[in-house]
Amino acid sequence: MLKLEARSESSKVMSVMSPVLAMAITVVIGTALFMLLGKDPVRGLYVFFVEPLKSVYALTELAMKATPLILIALGLAVCFRSNVWNIGAEGQFVVGAIAAAGVAMTADKDTGRWIVGAVLVAGVLGGMLWSGIVAFLRDRFNANEILVSLMLVYVADQLLGYMVYGPWKDPAGFNFPQTITFLKSTNVPKLFPGFRVNIGLIIALCAVGAFWVLLFRTYAGFQLQVGGLAPAAARYAGFSSRKALWTALLLSGGMAGLAGALEVAGPLGQLTPYVPAGYGFAAIIVAYVGRLHPVGIIFSGVLMSMFYIGGELAQSRLGLPKSLTGVFQGLLLFTLLACDTLIHYRIRWQAARPAPKPLAAVAIGTSTATGKGA
Amino acid sequence: MLRLELVNISKQYPAVKANDAVNLRVKPGEIHAVLGENGAGKSTMMKMIYGAVRPDEGEIRWNGKAVDIRNPQEARALGVSMVFQHFSLFDTLTAAENVWLGLDKSLTLAVVTQRITQVAKEYGLGVEPLRPVHTLSVGERQRVEIVRALMTNPKCLILDEPTSVLTPQAVETLFVTLRKLASEGTSILYISHKLDEIRALCHNCTVLRGGKVTGEVDPTKETNASLSRLMIGAEPPQLQHIQAKLGGVVLEARGLTLPKADHFGMSLDDIRFEVRAGEILGIAGVSGNGQQELMAALSGEDTRAPAGSIQLFGKDIADHSPRRRRKEGLHFVPEERLGRGAVPTLSLAQNTLLTRTEHVSAAGWIDIGSVQLMAANLIRRFNVRAGGTGAAAKSLSGGNLQKFIVGREIAANPKLLIVSQPTWGVDVGAAAQIRGELLGLRDQGCALLVVSEELDELFEICDRLVVIAQGRVSPSIATSKATVPQIGEWMSGLWTASKETEHAQA
Amino acid sequence: MDSLALLLAATLNSGTVLAFAALGLLINERAGIVNLGAEGMMLVAAVAGYATAVHTGSDWMAFAGGAAAGALLAAAFGVLVIWLNTNQYATGLALSLFGTGFSAFVGIRYTQEKLTERPSFQIPVLTDIPFIGPAFFRQHPMVYIAIALTAALAWFLYRSRAGLVLRAIGESPESAHALGYPVRRIRLIAVMVGGALCGVSGAYISVVYTPLWVEGMVAGKGWIALALTTFATWRPARVLLGAYLFGGVTMLQFHLQGEGVQIPSQFLTMMPYLATIVVLVLISRNATFIRVNMPASIGKLFFPGT
Repeated sequence: MLKLEARSESSKVMSVMSPVLAMAITVVIGTALFMLLGKDPVRGLYVFFVEPLKSVYALTELAMKATPLILIALGLAVCFRSNVWNIGAEGQFVVGAIAAAGVAMTADKDTGRWIVGAVLVAGVLGGMLWSGIVAFLRDRFNANEILVSLMLVYVADQLLGYMVYGPWKDPAGFNFPQTITFLKSTNVPKLFPGFRVNIGLIIALCAVGAFWVLLFRTYAGFQLQVGGLAPAAARYAGFSSRKALWTALLLSGGMAGLAGALEVAGPLGQLTPYVPAGYGFAAIIVAYVGRLHPVGIIFSGVLMSMFYIGGELAQSRLGLPKSLTGVFQGLLLFTLLACDTLIHYRIRWQAARPAPKPLAAVAIGTSTATGKGA
Repeated sequence: MLRLELVNISKQYPAVKANDAVNLRVKPGEIHAVLGENGAGKSTMMKMIYGAVRPDEGEIRWNGKAVDIRNPQEARALGVSMVFQHFSLFDTLTAAENVWLGLDKSLTLAVVTQRITQVAKEYGLGVEPLRPVHTLSVGERQRVEIVRALMTNPKCLILDEPTSVLTPQAVETLFVTLRKLASEGTSILYISHKLDEIRALCHNCTVLRGGKVTGEVDPTKETNASLSRLMIGAEPPQLQHIQAKLGGVVLEARGLTLPKADHFGMSLDDIRFEVRAGEILGIAGVSGNGQQELMAALSGEDTRAPAGSIQLFGKDIADHSPRRRRKEGLHFVPEERLGRGAVPTLSLAQNTLLTRTEHVSAAGWIDIGSVQLMAANLIRRFNVRAGGTGAAAKSLSGGNLQKFIVGREIAANPKLLIVSQPTWGVDVGAAAQIRGELLGLRDQGCALLVVSEELDELFEICDRLVVIAQGRVSPSIATSKATVPQIGEWMSGLWTASKETEHAQA
Repeated sequence: MDSLALLLAATLNSGTVLAFAALGLLINERAGIVNLGAEGMMLVAAVAGYATAVHTGSDWMAFAGGAAAGALLAAAFGVLVIWLNTNQYATGLALSLFGTGFSAFVGIRYTQEKLTERPSFQIPVLTDIPFIGPAFFRQHPMVYIAIALTAALAWFLYRSRAGLVLRAIGESPESAHALGYPVRRIRLIAVMVGGALCGVSGAYISVVYTPLWVEGMVAGKGWIALALTTFATWRPARVLLGAYLFGGVTMLQFHLQGEGVQIPSQFLTMMPYLATIVVLVLISRNATFIRVNMPASIGKLFFPGT
């Protein structure tokens, strides 16, 4: 039978290999799933893993999808490292989008390009407001941040619904729940003509650098990590857990809000009830698979966006449901957590419990057989 | 015929051979000590006897017959019962429920509750069955553990370091109970590293060192020195003492009253004492009497102390954070190493950043190179055996990690160093080194406050002593004038204000 | 008066959904394991229950199907968390995310399928009592089963030795292990029973509460159930009362809409979620109170000494 044996030191090799192993297992399960659905597994894997990389346009689409995932995951990485469980990034994303839309709609035909900056800032502030509520309730009333942030996701969704069905509904929109299409001046500038990818990508890459510095080179980052790894040690050192709570939540809320603003002022160009695309939840997986490390998050962000795009392609090309994406994402996190055990434990194959080795038949019964004298 | 015999028992763990062909012979009615320092293999041996662990090699014999003990239930069925060092009690349940859980299902709770009162009276152990365990003192909890063990009618009772939580007087009472048990035919395995106790109580003694048996002796015929030689291979190291050269008052506590922070704690009641430069003040006391709360108030982890109740060089620091206190010269070594004094998964270099911020710029930038250097210097200066500055804190042995943490604080050149349980769980060699370092710091004019449950240690290194009991602190007494029985009495809270003695001036 | 009776009846119905789930979660939290995968389990169970009802035509088979689905997912979660010592919160989240996607995926073919006509239940004689009859005695049998379950659970926890052992394990698995109890096995059983009850709740939603299948139809009730166990300080009777309270708040929005109250529907829909936040704030304010009542080992890793 299999037995788990604790390693004396965490395996660095497994730290890096675990996500790869988890990915491999997910692919195997995915193949089985394709076969079960009566589809050619090779084609299925191709659609998920090769198609998204085939052309320059495909690559830019990949980058576009990865941007909000990376942005949100960076903030969540800081949160999870500090042992603050912000599960409501989706809600912060939505509120950021609402705030950004609000500012975008104040533009008229004479507004300059500066409005883009205002739009993005509004997004950040909106997200921070939403996560700030969570921080406040935890700080002041000790309310569990997992449940509060999650409840606020549902509230944010309803808020969005209210705005697009009500006060912000486009009067010329044939009664569809959507706002006006924002003026071109408010759109996030694209990077290359002909491609949809915009400066959000640049912002994301800069954020990766900034977060790396924060986490690994600043004392503030050190304090956050200690708070998450050993709260008693953080208290001993005099690190403020309040400061950590607020920093983590405001930072992640701001990042989620920024992602929301980039979506709404970028590819969407208006506010609709379909703004919440689950990025806030997918980002949780991105953060974990990326080992809560800014550089790892780039890779896992790209991987997750491959799942998204692959899911869309699988729907249009193979007639597979889009919800397959969600299945794969959840499965990946599950297998990753299982594989992570290998970082701290070794697997040993052991025959059924052996009885302790019996003594030689010689010289038992008389005492002082092997006493080591004083 | 021997009641219990271990023949050539071995147990291998990934990093270490915990027991190497050990032998143990226990007669019926015998009080048998198992002596060894921390890490010698005593608890592994015991785990095999009470069924938590299976040996890799060798044989266990019960009343002459070979047995295979696969789990604690089987051990209990044989008649083996264990009283743990760190109690396995459930705080929110009553004493009776706790005892009931330790017995097999056949009896009802009502019957068990009745029997508890009977057994407790028979052996002189006061236990109130219906009180929830979290309301009991540490000594009372141990009595619940012992009653639980006794109610299984053990043929072999194992006690793991039972006296670390008892006052000297309570230790005597325990010995009376144990001798009665032994006279009735119960074998007793007494795990300890306290030489005086073993010589006073036990009929026989097996000494372990590094997983091997170094001797099986009659402790009544041995001296502390000879036992020590078996235990660590040498005589206990002697420390140099020079007279204290006293300076001004560094730390003063006055009117330090602090209500407990949560349900399970102890309130502090009008504590006062002072510590001067160039001296070591020791705080004696059985655990659970307010030491943790006092330490938290002094270190800054708890800032609720009344204004003016804690003064450093005459300045009120009662509400200062730990970081501010460090800037003012107050450093602290907590009793928990992993998880509080150091972060287990971070490297030694990173762990220096907990309390040493010399290489962090005002803007918060960490100079990694200098931090590594500082850690390397600490490792060298304090003789820490570790796999380099990048080694994770949890990879160090207890003694080496403690040397590192104490060294980290000493190297900060504090004006006041507070240390809680400096050598708990530390091997003899490292313990001697740490005590030597503390004395050295004091000789340089630093003020030190040491809290310890080991009276021997306090008598060895402190200039003056106070005792903490029930959240109150006794008047101080010079170590040279104090005796163990007197301190033992004080540990039960029985001091009077008139016993206040002026500490001897140098 | 009539509408009030209807509101009460609807409250009992809605509360039963939360009750089953929260009682299940209470069992595993009492053992020291917090399963954030409740929402995912309930969704998968909802689709499993619905599918079973469609194929067998039997409600009771549907509940069994839901329970089985819940127990299976909980077992996977349990193995990871109990034997591989993965982080309980992260693993539970993974389960929820997986369950959300998986249920949507499997449920596609059932969105168009309808169930047979739903029977209505009433207790003879009692149902004719004015007001009380329509309010309390025209319920699906599961409503009464939930109440019986609460009583049984309370008896189990506080009057039986097995319940004492469970509480002890939740308090200190290390001590229980030292005493020789098979801590990991008992925890797995607790987790699976909890999952089964969450599964029953999920099936109830899709087969009785709103008899249809729609992606995401659990709408956060799994999360609310988690909040409920904390709110009720892990005591079965309080859980039931809390469930009815939440059920009432949820039903209130429909009642208000029916009464023509002029509040945008989205704000009414927000009510149960806002109520959850309020309730969490109220109960968590006193940190000591929580700490004294909470099973001490929740969320912590347990390593039985080798």
